[in-house]
Amino acid sequence: MSETSYRDITRNGLWSNNPALVQILGLCPLLAVSGSVVNALGLGLATMLVLAGSNIAVSLIRRQASEAVRIPVFVMIIATFTTCTELLMKAYTYELYQILGIFIPLIVTNCVILGRAEAFASKQPVGVAALDGLMMGTGFCLVLVTLGAIRELLGSGTLFANMQLLFGPAAAGWKLELFNGPGLLLAILPPGAFILMGFLIALKNIIDDAAARRRAPDPEPQEKASRRVRTTGVIN
Amino acid sequence: MVTRSIRFNSLVLSLFALVTALLLASTHLGTRDTIAAAERAAAQKTLLELFPAEQHDNDLLDDTLPVPPAYLKTLGLGRPAVIHVVRKGGEISGFVIPATAPDGYSGNIHMIVGIDAGGAIVGVRVTGHAETPGLGDKIELRIDPWILSFNGLSLGNPPRERWGVKKDQGMFDQFTGATITPRGVVRKVRDVLEFFREHRNELIEAAGDGAQQP
Repeated sequence: MSETSYRDITRNGLWSNNPALVQILGLCPLLAVSGSVVNALGLGLATMLVLAGSNIAVSLIRRQASEAVRIPVFVMIIATFTTCTELLMKAYTYELYQILGIFIPLIVTNCVILGRAEAFASKQPVGVAALDGLMMGTGFCLVLVTLGAIRELLGSGTLFANMQLLFGPAAAGWKLELFNGPGLLLAILPPGAFILMGFLIALKNIIDDAAARRRAPDPEPQEKASRRVRTTGVIN
Repeated sequence: MVTRSIRFNSLVLSLFALVTALLLASTHLGTRDTIAAAERAAAQKTLLELFPAEQHDNDLLDDTLPVPPAYLKTLGLGRPAVIHVVRKGGEISGFVIPATAPDGYSGNIHMIVGIDAGGAIVGVRVTGHAETPGLGDKIELRIDPWILSFNGLSLGNPPRERWGVKKDQGMFDQFTGATITPRGVVRKVRDVLEFFREHRNELIEAAGDGAQQP
């Protein structure tokens, strides 16, 4: 992808090369904190901030950092942005910071971020890299929030509970109570996250298949084989 | 050639280290006060949960006794901490004792234990932990009422051997998929009660001295 149009970058981040649904990266935080919308959104926004910030910084220094020290420098940049985000969350959303706990510092290890820095931002001008970081981050955040909404709905019977942790006291009334009593425990537990994530990926593939079929009435069998490669391979 | 490239790369690397360190330091300085205020507000909120405003007439956050250095280890505390004194009408009606369970599933679990002057638990709250979300974090009241099961208990009630999770023949529920977390909490709460039984009079004496100061 040497020719990069803004439209392609947006499309890649949000859909066709979505970090969560297609690249299957950053699953650990994705599955761990998607128990409710507020947790998911909190970590999603934090990841987006780090991703956009590190993409911009990496792109800015791409000519200064030589081959030998490139990776250590990237890691340093990512760690810095993560720690800054952690401090900011601690200062302004203290309770949410406590809930997300270890998963905020663990943003450092989210492969999406180093992946984008190495494979994309280190070869692209700042504007393009920034947009890519923002779109990849948004794509990740959207999947996180969707998963959070489904799990909160099935597991706790609520939607948007505790949003005041992120948006201040005014958001306390956003909570929707959909049913009372114990929900589906599985949805809250990690296996439920895995299963629902599988459904989301399947749904995306069904939509893609339907779209492809509309464009070309009989899809070639080869296309099917390449999809598996795409899920784990090409990052940019 | 090689030495020159090593020298050059080290220089680049140190430069970046310096820049990132500066960035971190400035963020730290910029957020330090806000973080301290947020931590203070959170600490006060938890103290007030244990001893609501009508049960005391002193400032819980500022009316404190340092934990004697010799006992820091008993309570599992890694650094100096304070015990909050609860007073009503000049009488000492209870203490809030900090403790840290070192044996959580992922590291330390920080908590405070509210004890009345007679040695019964008023309430326990977890103030910080890194337990697995969805499993071990049920020790937080926000997520699960489990922590309330300590209320009103004391050393004799239940007897010592029942101070454990059900898996250890104790009386406290463990969580589905997480036994280690509640086990650590239960043990530490028991330690705090034992600490209080042994040092109750010293604490009351020390707190009495504190009251005379303006």
